Amino acid sequence: MSTPAATELRKTALNAVHRQLGARMVNFGGWDMPLEYSGILAEHEAVRTRAGLFDVSHMGELEITGPEAEKLVQWVSCNNAAKLAIGQIHYSGLMTSRGTFVDDLLVHKISPTHFLLCVNASNQDADFAHIAANNKFDARVENTGPRFSQLAIQGPRSEEILQPLTPVDLVPVRYYHFTFGKVSGIDCLIARTGYTGEDGFELYFDPQFSEKMWHALTEAGKPHGMIPCGLGARNTLRLEAGMCLYGHEIDDATTPWEAGLAWICKMEKAPFLGSEPLAKQKQDGIPRKLVGFEMLDKRIGRDGYPVSIAGREVGTVTSGCPSPYLKKNIGMAYVPPDSSAVGTAIDINIRGQAAAARIIPLPFYKRPQPQSRIQ
Amino acid sequence: MYPADYRYTKDHEWIHVDGCVGTVGITDYAQQELGDVVFVEMPKPGSAIKAGQSFGTVESVKAVSEIFSPVSGEVMEANPLLTDAPEKINQDPHKSAWLVKLKLSDPGELSALMDATTYEAYVAEKAKEH
Repeated sequence: MSTPAATELRKTALNAVHRQLGARMVNFGGWDMPLEYSGILAEHEAVRTRAGLFDVSHMGELEITGPEAEKLVQWVSCNNAAKLAIGQIHYSGLMTSRGTFVDDLLVHKISPTHFLLCVNASNQDADFAHIAANNKFDARVENTGPRFSQLAIQGPRSEEILQPLTPVDLVPVRYYHFTFGKVSGIDCLIARTGYTGEDGFELYFDPQFSEKMWHALTEAGKPHGMIPCGLGARNTLRLEAGMCLYGHEIDDATTPWEAGLAWICKMEKAPFLGSEPLAKQKQDGIPRKLVGFEMLDKRIGRDGYPVSIAGREVGTVTSGCPSPYLKKNIGMAYVPPDSSAVGTAIDINIRGQAAAARIIPLPFYKRPQPQSRIQ
Repeated sequence: MYPADYRYTKDHEWIHVDGCVGTVGITDYAQQELGDVVFVEMPKPGSAIKAGQSFGTVESVKAVSEIFSPVSGEVMEANPLLTDAPEKINQDPHKSAWLVKLKLSDPGELSALMDATTYEAYVAEKAKEH
């Protein structure tokens, strides 16, 4: 095996808790992380119908501060941070000068001179180096990952579970907004975000309180059927929700146009890193487009499998799995734009055999909209 | 845990031989490694397979794994139970969730396989890697 021994892997503050719970652990980007506790299917179902608790402390945090903090954020990322209100979050891309992804990230506006970026675990060092190298502003960038544990509580019961633990009224904290407050007596950044397609919260706090926080949330969640969930369910949940995963749908060779992420790429704020090649590609057209597909076969089209149409290879699968909620096998793939229409018949080459599939709309799953609240 | 009258491969298949018929499955260790099984692809009766050769696949939510035959022979039957209930592999890997029955062509190959005690020690060693 070429994976490093468990002792060389980085651990979150909850490593011992996961092992005590009998989690199957996996090396994820150099981190020793829980893959599953009770099983991916059971965990997936819990999040779609009740709630699940995820340790996502491996995620990286970078903070940008200073008089020109916003200018630096605007220069290195493709979404328009000038549109963010204090306490608001958006999804964005950290761009190379070619207009491709160094990483994808969540940008939290704490104040006009202070932004918190939540980035992928395995990219955090490269992200920091990239931002620092492109910092021609009166701004400071700091890798503050070690100062945070991050727990995600996801699922329709999340608010009900979290509310009794905090004096903060969670109702006005809308999706993609955050606030500061205590949860179970521990100071937190409470963000209404997630990577599952469900309502939920992500809590950022001092790692020394990790076990206390985990146990408080676990106890509060028990009567609601909340269970601990690992990275396995996190992947099937995000895929059903049509969300990209760095290293699969996006990487430093893909652009936001190709990945169907035009909604996070705001050309009106140009120039920014990569904006010129992005403007050119927008005009010239994209060579490939990310689509969703469903298998018309019992097999699963997985990451890296070739895609063909009428016997000719035209693209590659980026992610694939059985969809526990939709009860069919789904995936995402890159195909030529002229073969990307919904309904197009494609074949996935699975171990030398063509397996039939069909392009279907993304996302595969959209949560039922909550009923409007009585004011 | 691991039946004493079975033989085991390093790829985590088991075989139970009765006369010249061998029943083949994957071990409890293998099903734990795979997690929730969602699909099993098996050879057709009459197929000739060789020891060490892949004869099918088991797909779980997270991965696909090939199944290697412990011995050479001819496929007599694939387990019909697994077509509609592949999750049986997680629940009863050593008994009702067998994969195929083979007519052995060279029973001498069995001596190259591990007995239960050796296999248990082998997986205990593997488990330490986690």
